[in-house]
Amino acid sequence: MWDSQIIMMLVEGTGVTLYMTLVSTLIAYALGLPMGITLVVTASGGLKPNKIIYKILDIVVNIVRSIPFLILLVLLIPFTRLIVGKSYGATATIVPLSMAAAPFVARLVESSLLEVDHGVIEAAQSMGADLWTIIWKVLLVEARTSLIVGATIALGTILGYSAMAGTVGGGGLGDIAIRYGYHRYQADIMIVTVILLVALVQILQVIGTKLSKKLDRRITG
Amino acid sequence: METMIQIKDVTKTFVGKDNTVEALKGINLDIHKGEIYGIIGMSGAGKSTLVRCLNFLERPTGGTVFVEGKDLSALNGRELRLMRTQIAMIFQHFNLLMQRTVLDNVCFPMEIIKTPRKDAVQRARELLSIVGLSEKELAYPAQLSGGQKQRVAIARALATNPKILLCDEATSALDPTTTKAILALLKEINEKYGITIVIITHEMAVVQEVCSHVAIIDEGVLAETGTVEEVFQRPRSKAAKKLVFQGERQQREEMKGKRCVRIVFTSNSSFEPVIANMVLTCKEPVNILLADTRDIGGVAHGQMILQLPEDDAAAEKMIQYLKDRKLEVEELDNYVG
Repeated sequence: MWDSQIIMMLVEGTGVTLYMTLVSTLIAYALGLPMGITLVVTASGGLKPNKIIYKILDIVVNIVRSIPFLILLVLLIPFTRLIVGKSYGATATIVPLSMAAAPFVARLVESSLLEVDHGVIEAAQSMGADLWTIIWKVLLVEARTSLIVGATIALGTILGYSAMAGTVGGGGLGDIAIRYGYHRYQADIMIVTVILLVALVQILQVIGTKLSKKLDRRITG
Repeated sequence: METMIQIKDVTKTFVGKDNTVEALKGINLDIHKGEIYGIIGMSGAGKSTLVRCLNFLERPTGGTVFVEGKDLSALNGRELRLMRTQIAMIFQHFNLLMQRTVLDNVCFPMEIIKTPRKDAVQRARELLSIVGLSEKELAYPAQLSGGQKQRVAIARALATNPKILLCDEATSALDPTTTKAILALLKEINEKYGITIVIITHEMAVVQEVCSHVAIIDEGVLAETGTVEEVFQRPRSKAAKKLVFQGERQQREEMKGKRCVRIVFTSNSSFEPVIANMVLTCKEPVNILLADTRDIGGVAHGQMILQLPEDDAAAEKMIQYLKDRKLEVEELDNYVG
């Protein structure tokens, strides 16, 4: 049964999983990064405190984060159809994946940016820096290491979610594991997909950790 | 003399959830061009809040701050940011960008005012040579000592040719030697470029070292202002007295020894400095608790009670020294403490 067809299928599945994970993470960051920044800036004691914007964003993030991913996946089917044209397959899965991950990313970004020393922000203000300069050149740069660590966590989580989407025809390794391992009782294939998923997470984690350390200038020597 | 900063009836109240704190209660102060003005106070006196009112990092609740005649509260956001490029600030914890090199840290304020990169780098190099850190331009702040970090911060502060330099406890995280060096650098900058410097500190020694004028702030009000000499020689307010004597009290070592001796002079030459010689020989201080001696025809008469050092060996040595000088030595129990 380990013919070239199955091996091809696993290779392709790995590719599809990576595709879903990376594209979803990218979109999740496109949405979540501005949300995270806005949360930090509008918080009380932030650079531009705004109770209303902060509260709305805070609640939206909490609501989306508290909906279990599988349910969100189903809830979003009409929206997915509207955007992608169909509700199954890898590309379609990217929609709910990004939507579910964006608020999670927003919280990761928020906590990274909150780690930036307030004194450094104050120094930038005292030099006459405007809000954008402080965000781009102080907050995001000073929090770089922490942001990369966060992105690594996000990638791992989104990869896990993508496998979950397999249960409803999402494509990728999770899909293969469900179809062969669960529906056809082919445990060996399921085990291989699990090993592949674990390996992917490991690789992403190692790359993320290395990169964050390499880019951190606070480490002496 | 031209007024650089004028502080008029400035108040600042922080409203918390269950309490309000009046940090500043009507401050009036004029700081002239080219002065090094010290603002000194105990922690919690409101000095950090006051200095932040000078560049509107804190907006005063009441009153006005004029910088070169301009009312800061009348400026819009853009104008205020422009004004801030002329009011540089350095901090107790340096506040350097940890992910940028020393050179790029100094370039940062020039990026804000959109100086072309080439010019900025050139100016940054000049400044780093002024503060004596030319060879460190590619280092990151984490690789520098505290004194070096503050030098980078000073170079950065000077990058936009400011008229005013605010120093918020700039030497409080540094050791005494480094503090002296940084203060000397500030003085040099003041003399060379005529920058008005405002120094916030809790140490009288810092004020004495570099400041021409001083304001003493206590519980949100100015207790006393004047030249450093005036205030130091004749402190009038309670807060001033406390600060002026703070240094001395720390330096004075208290005698902890419990052993006391009574010595009686009967036949020694009054020209021989017995006690002084004993202290010099034994290299330990003694405390004269009582002295009643007089010179009668060149001979010392009378008695003294000395508190001896804690160290027993030294005390023994002193007793022996006095006995050798043919003095009557009598040990007293529980004379002190």
